[in-house]
Amino acid sequence: MDLLQTYGPALLRGFGVTVLCWALGTLFGMTLGLLIALMRHYGPRWLNWIIQVYIEVIRGTPFLVQLFVLYYGGPLIGLRLDAVPAGLLGLTLYGSPYFAEIFRSGFRAVAPGQIEAARAIGMSEPSIVRRILLPLSLVSALPALVNFSIILTKETVILSIITVPELMYQVSRMSAETFRFVEANLVLALFFWGLVETISRLGRRLETRITKHLLERT
Amino acid sequence: MQASSVEIRNVSKFYGPFQALRDVNLSIPPGKVTCLIGPSGSGKSTLLRCINFLEDYSAGEIRIDGRMIGYEAPGRRMRGRALREMRRSIGMVFQQFNLWPHMTARENVAEGLIRVRGLSRPDAAGRAADALAKVGLADKMDNHPSRLSGGQQQRVAIARAIAMEPRLMLFDEPTSALDPELVGEVLHVMKALAGEGMTMVVVTHEMGFASHVADQVAFMERGELVGVDTPGRILHQPEDPRIQGFLRTYHERNSF
Ligand SMILES: Nc1ncnc2c1ncn2[C@@H]1O[C@H](COP(=O)(O)OP(=O)(O)OP(=O)(O)O)[C@@H](O)[C@H]1O
Ligand SMILES: [Mg+2]
Repeated sequence: MDLLQTYGPALLRGFGVTVLCWALGTLFGMTLGLLIALMRHYGPRWLNWIIQVYIEVIRGTPFLVQLFVLYYGGPLIGLRLDAVPAGLLGLTLYGSPYFAEIFRSGFRAVAPGQIEAARAIGMSEPSIVRRILLPLSLVSALPALVNFSIILTKETVILSIITVPELMYQVSRMSAETFRFVEANLVLALFFWGLVETISRLGRRLETRITKHLLERT
Repeated sequence: MQASSVEIRNVSKFYGPFQALRDVNLSIPPGKVTCLIGPSGSGKSTLLRCINFLEDYSAGEIRIDGRMIGYEAPGRRMRGRALREMRRSIGMVFQQFNLWPHMTARENVAEGLIRVRGLSRPDAAGRAADALAKVGLADKMDNHPSRLSGGQQQRVAIARAIAMEPRLMLFDEPTSALDPELVGEVLHVMKALAGEGMTMVVVTHEMGFASHVADQVAFMERGELVGVDTPGRILHQPEDPRIQGFLRTYHERNSF
């Protein structure tokens, strides 16, 4: 019981940091991924080529290695970041190619005729993206977006390695100081289970809302 | 309403090595209905889509009210803004309707008015309602496309186009995806539009419509415009053996 009293606040704070890192990392990663997908969709070929190299590099290396390079290698090229911003940047970069691919296959699932109909009445490309392409591609992309966001929750534990005070970091400290490995890791598991469950619930609700009018058939 | 004219001069179009249009010439007079007929793969859709530059053409020129579409000068592409401006006055109706499924009928029609014409939401909603009433769908305005029949969807698509107050309307087989009993309601709306003096170019297999509503009928085969004349001369006394052959097949298929 006093174990909770001693470590409870730190664990809660850790959980808060985890949720925050996850939420912002997902948000930024999704945004960057969307930008990448749009650049591949609309941009010139040479840009596409550069992006492809970026995607290969990020997808081909472990997140841990990327974080190390960013946090410990960054200062060598003048990029000096605190642990949390470094962790966020790392999560953003790490997630972006996956999100980009999800958006891209979402774009491909939109019937070309619906884009043509918008072009035919003289809509500008930015309007088409915002009003037609994005909403329609979300219909097919949403499950995969939610799914990858859930995968990202688990990547946040790696941030502890660069001393981001998130849940894993606090749990490690607790088990190192008390040798209560089982309890510590139980707490970790419970918190993550709660987080993942919440995200998938929200995702499902969003899905029903978005696809509501697309599935009805009279 | 002021109707547009279209001049198509020596237009060719390649898809890679394949030539889809061969030196096509066609004058589309203002306020008249021109039907494009011909066998599958003859280039009817391609030609139609070149008129609003959904498809680029490789040679020749297409002028709408004297202004070339898609190119500033031969070989030099038009900028996006200029192209969009020209498209504003060209309506297009597709075989597959292409309504936006995440919007209601009214939102489908209002979208262009808001984004392209810059109308306020209430104004756009009002105009959308008018356009939908005109195609007989006043009571279906708040339905999403998934809750409309094919004929109703196509009428929404027509309303979406005419709400923009175009001076030229392009139709690509507007009734081909419809169940037979729904064809009539769409043709009815198109006839009314023709009666108002809209310039219309209609790709169709509805020979009845071509025969009764068209002012001129153009026949295409293998990317070539074989002949253009009054419906009577093309559909009832064709001289070109290719047209005769096409019509014979058509009659055989439609008689049982
Ligand atoms: N994007 C494309 N790439 C390559 N070839 C194409 C493309 N679009 C059309 N074609 C070819 O160009 C030719 C003309 O096609 P088009 O769609 O204009 O014919 P159509 O007369 O409209 O036929 P249908 O009555 O079947 O609609 C066809 O042989 C078709 O295969
Ligand atoms: Mg066609």
